Amino acid sequence: MKKLVLFVGFFWAIGITIKLFSGFDSNQMIFDEILIQPNFSSWLGRDDYGRDIFHRLIDGFLNSFEIILIVTFISSFVGVLIGVISGYFGGKLDQFIRYITTLFMAFPGILLAIAFAAILSPGKFNLIFALSIGGWVGYARLARAQTVLIKNLDFVKASETMGSSHKTIIINHILPSLKTPLIVEGTYAIAGLIIAEASLSFIGLGLQAPMASWGGMMRDSVRFLLVSPHYALFVGLSIMSLVYCINFFGDYFNHKWDIKNNED
Amino acid sequence: MKNNFPIIFFSSFFQVIGIFIISFLILHLLPGDPIQVMLGESASLSDQVKLRAELGLDRPIYKQIFNSFSQIMHGDFGNSILTGVPIKEQIVIAMKNTYILALMALCIAITFGITGGVVAAKYRGSFLDKIIINSSLFFISIPHFFLGPLLMLCLSIWLGWLPISGMESPLSIVLPALTLSLGMLAIIIKMTRNCMIEIVDSDTVRTARAKGMQEWSITINHVFRLVLIPLITIIGMQFGSLLSGAIITETLFSWNGLGMLLVNSIQMRDYPITQACIFVIAISYVLVNLFTEILYKIVDPRMRDI
Repeated sequence: MKKLVLFVGFFWAIGITIKLFSGFDSNQMIFDEILIQPNFSSWLGRDDYGRDIFHRLIDGFLNSFEIILIVTFISSFVGVLIGVISGYFGGKLDQFIRYITTLFMAFPGILLAIAFAAILSPGKFNLIFALSIGGWVGYARLARAQTVLIKNLDFVKASETMGSSHKTIIINHILPSLKTPLIVEGTYAIAGLIIAEASLSFIGLGLQAPMASWGGMMRDSVRFLLVSPHYALFVGLSIMSLVYCINFFGDYFNHKWDIKNNED
Repeated sequence: MKNNFPIIFFSSFFQVIGIFIISFLILHLLPGDPIQVMLGESASLSDQVKLRAELGLDRPIYKQIFNSFSQIMHGDFGNSILTGVPIKEQIVIAMKNTYILALMALCIAITFGITGGVVAAKYRGSFLDKIIINSSLFFISIPHFFLGPLLMLCLSIWLGWLPISGMESPLSIVLPALTLSLGMLAIIIKMTRNCMIEIVDSDTVRTARAKGMQEWSITINHVFRLVLIPLITIIGMQFGSLLSGAIITETLFSWNGLGMLLVNSIQMRDYPITQACIFVIAISYVLVNLFTEILYKIVDPRMRDI
């Protein structure tokens, strides 16, 4: 398994290096080579417009990862903020926030993202917004559970008796304890986001036409399944292997820090 | 004995209201005037006024909320903007198709998942166990939109056993159902295997063996009953991914269900249908969760007092 992860990492590293140094244009079309099989000049073949599939995969990777990193940053920030406030102060506010999170959890999977992406016009900014809307809930629940756990420990109580302010306790005691579970949660969430983003692009709600996106490439490739199965296979394999590797890292962190799931 | 069924029902009821409000307000999030977005820039003023009155958008917002809530409670989702056909008819057909697909996928996943898990646990460490575990790892990380084309390629194009898409022949259901179920099947296998192994080593089973119970009786009466508890939770939780996976799978296989209706309505900018689909999918999810929680309490007597 480690070998596979290394291989996939190596593959993308090569791809990005090529992108950095040669600065190829993934939209360059060669109409004589439409849907051509893999060969030496175009490693993974060409798509229905005669564009290099390998180049488009790398561009798609970079586009998706930019979006996913921003979404992860926004949703973890908002989620942790809401979760810590809700867990630390408790009371009516906590009750209210818990109702809100249950409400967001009533939408299965990417339905909420689909709803928002459908209504807002497609584009990078709206895609980030749509994915973040459902993304913060997981972080908020995790942060809340962890905060409630830490808040009642003796060292926090001691700090409280010594007269530390709420701000000091949250920054010095609660936030550091959130670090490891959040990294694990974040790693799994990134894997989920890759699939969510690709799914949105797959049904036409993600990045629009000339921009490369994995979901969009998947959708195009399915139409040519009969004539050029390699197109669909390469796109699918690259999504899958990346998701697999990220999940592998998630498992690794989880194992390393031995995090027990103690939500609610 | 403290009974917390009212709390569960209340929380589900709250979710239903919330889903309604969110799917209602979504139309108001449209940048600019929703009527103009739906009809296009060139629509005549009289058409705009007519549609506005039809959708009730000319009234104050709280009246709109109450009005459409009572409409939906009566099963009336309004009419499609493009065709003028009542949405209810389309939704009912689509719901039927989606539920058939989801139930089929659920049946496949549960039957083969539990069997596979039990077999893997019984022959722990053997070659068979390794095959089952590794293939389930493969299916857990494969997304629906890749598994679908992969199955199409193998079973329809290369082997020619099954129709590639559509829903004409009775065999058409096999490919979409397989696509939907394999991920869930893998999770069920993993779960069943791990639980079985944990329980087989537990004191309960050792006591039962010491009493001289027969092996099959232990498996059915003790082990299986304990495995059922985490399984119900996992299946209930996975139902959500089944529903959201159905959106992709139905689009892929042109299966005429809720997911395809949703995607088509988004592409056609027929927003009332979009609203109705989102509402129906989310409500089904909440109801399944409610059902799971009740079932959970019936199966596990320890949970009834909490």
